[in-house]
Parts: sequence; structure tokens; C-alpha cells
Amino acid sequence: MSSQGERSAAIADQERIEMLRTMVRIRKFESVIQNKFADAEVPGFLHLYIGQEAIATGVCQALEERDYLTSTHRGHGHCIARGLETDRMAAELYGKETGYCKGKGGSMHIADVNAGMLGANGIVAGGIPIATGAALSAKMRDTDEVAVSFFGDGALSEGAFHESFNQAGIWDLPLLGIVENNQYGEMTGLEEQHPPSALDDLTIYGEPYGVTRMRVDGMDVEAVYEATLEAVEQARNGDGPALIECVGYRFEGHHEGDSQFYRPDGELEEWKQRDPLLTYPRKLIDDGVLTEEEHQEIEAEIEAEIEDAIEFARNSDYPDPQQAYEGVYSDGGEQA
Amino acid sequence: MSTAAGDVEEMAVRDVINQTLGEEMERDDRVYIQGIDVSGRGGTSNILKGLDDRFGTDRVRNTPISEVSMVGSGLGAAATGMRPVVEVMYCGFLGVAGDQLLNQVAKMRYMFGGELDLPMVIRTKNVMGANAAAQHSQALHHWLAAIPGLKVVCTSTPADTKGLLKAAVRSDDPVIVFEHGGVYNRKAEVPTEDYVYEIGEAAIERPGDDVTVVATQNQLWNALEAADRLSAEGISVEVVNPRTISPLDTETIVESARKTGRCVVVDDTPLSYGTQSQLSATISEGAFWDLDLPVKRLGVDNVPIPFSPTLEDEVIPGTDDVVDAILDLA
Ligand SMILES: Cc1ncc(C[n+]2csc(CCOP(=O)(O)OP(=O)(O)O)c2C)c(N)n1
Ligand SMILES: [Mg+2]
Repeated sequence: MSSQGERSAAIADQERIEMLRTMVRIRKFESVIQNKFADAEVPGFLHLYIGQEAIATGVCQALEERDYLTSTHRGHGHCIARGLETDRMAAELYGKETGYCKGKGGSMHIADVNAGMLGANGIVAGGIPIATGAALSAKMRDTDEVAVSFFGDGALSEGAFHESFNQAGIWDLPLLGIVENNQYGEMTGLEEQHPPSALDDLTIYGEPYGVTRMRVDGMDVEAVYEATLEAVEQARNGDGPALIECVGYRFEGHHEGDSQFYRPDGELEEWKQRDPLLTYPRKLIDDGVLTEEEHQEIEAEIEAEIEDAIEFARNSDYPDPQQAYEGVYSDGGEQA
Repeated sequence: MSTAAGDVEEMAVRDVINQTLGEEMERDDRVYIQGIDVSGRGGTSNILKGLDDRFGTDRVRNTPISEVSMVGSGLGAAATGMRPVVEVMYCGFLGVAGDQLLNQVAKMRYMFGGELDLPMVIRTKNVMGANAAAQHSQALHHWLAAIPGLKVVCTSTPADTKGLLKAAVRSDDPVIVFEHGGVYNRKAEVPTEDYVYEIGEAAIERPGDDVTVVATQNQLWNALEAADRLSAEGISVEVVNPRTISPLDTETIVESARKTGRCVVVDDTPLSYGTQSQLSATISEGAFWDLDLPVKRLGVDNVPIPFSPTLEDEVIPGTDDVVDAILDLA
């Protein structure tokens, strides 16, 4: 695993602070949403990204606006890191008409195609072929755009992963797969989902497809950022796909309401010691990039932003029931 | 139906599923379960909890997140001496296993000359009204029932859950059992004895004279409630539970239609090309000269199910809609 430290000196202070802000924004957004879900203000299912913030943040920091991404059922972090607005996200989670999908999608389907965000996805591995298609289109249109697909360790067991990366390997597509290894697929640990030969390095699944393989500490935003930069550069230069495994942990249940019976004693606490929301500000302060006061200011400012976002969501209207029939087809028509 | 009079027990559908699978696993050690998180969590809705402790993780097997192989390896195991019960968490995920269902499970026996037993069950669930958005809110029994070679049942009540699930496990053909997230906590009396419902037999859940309502799953409960309400207004509603979607018990359904001359069919599939169309065609063909009015179809409007509660409520029929449909005919 590449580690933070030696190379991070090369990252501009400005970028480091931006990454911290993004991680804080994800954490605060989700912590508040978690409460609103418990209060039954937010309907549906909720899969939280808490603990994995460094991954989305490091990856998206290395992307350009023209790049594409696909996300998962655990997609809020990807959306925020991509720059989606927390107010319209909150509104979507509340099922309001001001949400990104006008209330049609909810937590598992936030998308902003104008921002290259091709959607969270309720189907495990469902986004990987779509990202592959975006990468193909980037190539056919003669651009240097790159497509990034976020997915979990569990998604590596789906045919969709293998078919897509095989295709990307043959066609040298600018596709970047981010394997978020958070140790579990739902309530089942990695060791029940993958053979022993894959456990130490899940990127082994990319080997036959000829993809560039990297493995980084998913609690280290700078390591994620630097690995992604490298993979993106390669893809932009026409040198084909890459697979980056980011090793991390989810701090909350698979979804809200999960009893978390499967966690061994002490495992969560141990990972929490490496919480990027604790370690990264400390590092930036130690490096003299940030003062304690500035850190507090960032926290307060983002807290206020999220409060506003929730207010926006609350004050927005539910969609008019008739809107249920809109948006099925390009011509606005309905099936007979 | 083959239930004899005897002891009954009040049970919720979810507990019936657990108990029934436990009984079938006791009865035949070739029966085993596979699916995502079936051990530990006890399957998507925690329904299978405890079966891993009773039967071991060899017979309650957690699969990787691989629907193609979950379904396909079930088929292969069924073809070679085992009796798998595969859980596909949400019916929308059947789409991932599409080829195995359409081209393998459904066609293997027939293409091989009809000799090969394929004693396989696929349990999955329809979900509607849970604000789970389009990929997780679907009813798809009509989709699979449209494939010759598959038997498709819809469980609705505690009693039919037991009878149909036992029939499915004991069948030598692949049976797709569609459960419904909206009825898991419904409680009613279940005979304690061992019984099997014939696959292909419908039931009159409530006899009546004026209007027939053919309804499945959550809509069956809505129909029973509608019948209750309307009896106060002097309208006598007969409620028919098809139980099996394929093969369909046309006889029972047509007989009821002939008696009342007025029919509502209601189901959670989309109206176009949904189960309602098959039911309606069956009634029209079989009871045409006895019908006073055209069959009325009720179902989900032809859109993917939207997330927001105001939108979802708009497109899914509720008890009021069933009442209105009956009143239109009565
Ligand atoms: C095709 C499909 N199968 C099963 C599920 C149910 N499901 C939702 S999330 C999940 C676990 C995914 O694990 P992983 O890919 O590791 O992502 P994580 O939840 O850990 O972020 C499962 C099985 C699904 N949504 N889609
Ligand atoms: Mg995982």
C-alpha cells in the first residue's frame, strides 16, 4: 500500500483544506440525515457512508468537471465529493420536488447528469457497465474524459464487474474502478464472499483484464488522491483502465436499523482510531496548514450550511401527485 | 384444498415462512437454502433467523452477491439430486439472473425431452408502498408467469403461505414463490397440521353474490377490507385469491364471475401487460355471456414506482380504489 507522508508535500495547501472541507461536509450531512431518518422525516432506506469519507473525497479531488462517475446505494459521499449541493440532496432524501430527481429517486438514486454524476444505484454493480459506456463514449468522441465507477467489495462478485472490466481491458477504455473495501457486504464479511486468494488484494480480480492495479489506505485521503491522480493520468493518455482498492471501514450499520450483530468486539473502535475526520485535521494542524481556530470555523460554517440544507428540504413542497406520470419518456407520453 | 379440520394457530406470514421451511428441511435433507445473508441476518427480512443454527451453514448457505450463480447453481443442484430453496432478496434483482431464469430454469426440462426433474424453489418478494424507489419497489410475478416452463405462485395469507411453500418445495418443477413485503406482518389462523395446496388452485377467501374481486397479496387484504366496508352498504362481494399465477385456476375464477356477472381484478403489477390483463382475458373468455359489465382492471399505473410518498401513493391502488371500482360495477 502506498502510504501518506513522503509524497503529500506535493499537494498544495489549498487542496488539502478543500479535501478536509469535503470530508467534513459528508460527515455532517450524513450525521444530520441519520437523525432525521430516526425521526421519520426521511422516508425509505438509508445507507450511510460515515467512515469512508476519505475515499470519495480523494478520488473526486483528482477528477475534472468533464469526467463521469457512477455510484452505489451508499452514494451520498460520492455526490458531495462531486460537488452536488447539499440542499438539493437533502430535498431528494425528503422526497421533495426541489430534490435532484424531483423526488422520484431518493437516497439510492441521486443523480446530476449535468455534473457528470450518472447516478447512485440500488443494484449492486449496476453502475459499472454504465461507467464503462461513458468511458467508451469518451473515447469514441475523441475526448480525454475519464469515467470512474465507485463500488463495494461485494460488487466484485457480480458478473457485471467482470464483463465490464474485460471489455474495458480489450478496448483500452478510460475506466477507473474504485473498490471500496469496507470489510463487509451487508452483514457478511469478506471471507465469505471471496476466496482466500483474493482477500489480501481484491484488485487481483482485475489481473486477467490487464488493468493497472493499486491498493491504498482508504482512511488516508491523500493516498487515495495520489493513486487516483496517477490512474486518471494514465486513462487520459489512452493507456486503459485501472482498479484501485481503497481499504476502509463503515462506521454505521449496512443500513439504518441494522443491529450490527456481525461485528467482532472492538473492531469498530479500532477502526475509529483511524477516523479520517480525526486524523486529517490533526495532520493539517501539525503541518501548519491549518490552525485549530480555522478548523473550528470550517466545522461551524459547514454545520450552518447543512442546517440550511435541511431547512430547504423541509420547506420544499412534496411533488404534486400528477408529477408521477411525467418523465417516463422523452415525448412525455405514457404507455398505453 | 386439502386442509382437514383441526387445530389452528394464529401466526404472522413471516413466522409461517420460517416454520414451513424448517419443517421441509426436517422432512427432507436434500432441501437447503442459499442466498445473500440467509445465515446470520436470516435473509432480507430476517425471516429465516435461526434456521442456520438448526440446520447448519451447509444447508443455510450465504452466497456472494451473485444472482446469476445463486439461481443457476440452484438449478444445477436441483438437476443433480438436491432440492434448493434460493432467496432472491428483492424481485428486481431477478433481472440480474435473467438468462438463468428465462433460458435455463424455464426451458431445461422441456428441451431435454421432459424427463428431468428440477425440484427448485426461488423465493423472492414484491415490494410496494415502502418508499424504496423504482428498483426496489416492483411486483414482477407477471413477468415470470409470461415464460412457459415456470410455475409462479403469489403468497398472501399465513395459511396460503404454508400450503403453497410446502407445495413449492415438494414440487419436481421449478416454482417461483413471490412473497410480498406488505403482508409479512399480517396475522391469521393457520392449520397446525401438515398440508399442501395444489399449485394451480385458487381459493374463495370470502363468498359473496354481487361483485367478484380477484386480488393478490397486499391487494387481497385491501379487497377483503373493501368487502367488509361494502357489506355495511348491502353490497355482497366475493373475494377470490388466485394463489397460483401460472398455472392459473381459470375454473374457480370463471365460476365466480359467472355467478356475480361483475368483476374487478386488482394486483400490484403495472396495468399494461400485467396480471390483470391475463385475469381479465380469462374471465372474458370463460364468462362472457354471464357478464353484466366489462371486467375492471386495477393496478399500478404504467410508471416505474417513484420514491416520494405523494407520488408513490398516487400510482398504487389502495382500499379506497378497490371500493370505488366495486361501486362502479355494483
Ligand atoms: C443485484 C443486487 N443484489 C443484492 C442487493 C442487496 N444489497 C444491497 S447493498 C448490498 C451489499 C453490497 O456490498 P458492497 O458492494 O460491499 O457495498 P457496501 O454495502 O459494503 O458499501 C447488497 C447485497 C442489491 N442491492 N442488488
Ligand atoms: Mg462492502
